[in-house]
Amino acid sequence: MKKAAIIILILSIGIQFIPMPKNQSNEVPKTDFLQTIEAPVNIQQMIKASCYDCHSNNTNYPWYGRVRPFAWLLQQHIDEGKDELNFSTFQEYSGRMQREKIRSMISQISDGKMPLKEYLWMHPEAELTNDEKEQLIKYLEKLNP
Amino acid sequence: MKTTLLTIGLALTIISCNNSKTEQKAADNTAETAAKAENTATNDQEGGKAITPVLDAYLAVKNALVNDNQEEAAKAGGTLATALEGLDISQFDADKQTELQEIVEVAKNHGEHISESEIGHQREHFEALSQDIKDLTAIVGTDRTLYYQYCPMYNDNKGGMWLSASEEIKNPLFGAKMMKCGKVQEVISL
Repeated sequence: MKKAAIIILILSIGIQFIPMPKNQSNEVPKTDFLQTIEAPVNIQQMIKASCYDCHSNNTNYPWYGRVRPFAWLLQQHIDEGKDELNFSTFQEYSGRMQREKIRSMISQISDGKMPLKEYLWMHPEAELTNDEKEQLIKYLEKLNP
Repeated sequence: MKTTLLTIGLALTIISCNNSKTEQKAADNTAETAAKAENTATNDQEGGKAITPVLDAYLAVKNALVNDNQEEAAKAGGTLATALEGLDISQFDADKQTELQEIVEVAKNHGEHISESEIGHQREHFEALSQDIKDLTAIVGTDRTLYYQYCPMYNDNKGGMWLSASEEIKNPLFGAKMMKCGKVQEVISL
């Protein structure tokens, strides 16, 4: 029993040293969504706080963000999130795809599917109030007439 | 106390290891067969022919949604993504190719989403997809007569459209809930 416990302890420490990428970048690329749309400050703040951790090339990692196995779960969310929508490279999408992404944002926000519940447990500040959702949706609808 | 912590540590490790994604490949014959039933290809035109597998798969998605059948819709969504990938864009006018490329890319994205979502989300993507397919036919033509149909009640009365190979209204955006909502807005002929 004691042996097993020691092995597990060693494993838990060992996995901390498995190398993994960090989703962070110091520069804001020219293709960045917020950079190009010139949205009002409050809209920019909302999108940044509620979406950018998983949907951009720059994650603001929480303290446990580099601790495995949490880090792996987090990385998976980030990979899937960016695959679906990456604000950092938004201008690389075709015009048609940009419209589709905005349509999708509106629907995900109004259905309450995004931001993810699991994300909000650890990031209560990212939760959008109904009023904020309304502002955000109205703004996005203006982009997609 | 120590044991508890270690157990938790172990449990978490197991959970994270279990998280490997199971890739869902949805390309099946059933959907294709279903689509062929509605296929009345008569045109010899190159474009019209090229679009046949795409329209077959699109209409198979539509029919599955009319029948509230998530599973069939998912299969057909996968078939659609594959069909779009197989569309040879180089055979069309050079000045239309960029636009075609964009339409195909977005439509394929819809097909992939349809292949892996619950039915509400499938319908949402299907509605958006319908506009792309309509735009596609505007460039490459069609191999059958299509009816552009519209139901004003979809999406909290914002309205939604789709294409059908038959004039009769069978609503894929609502299914059995509101089968008759809609009317023909436009006929897309050969």
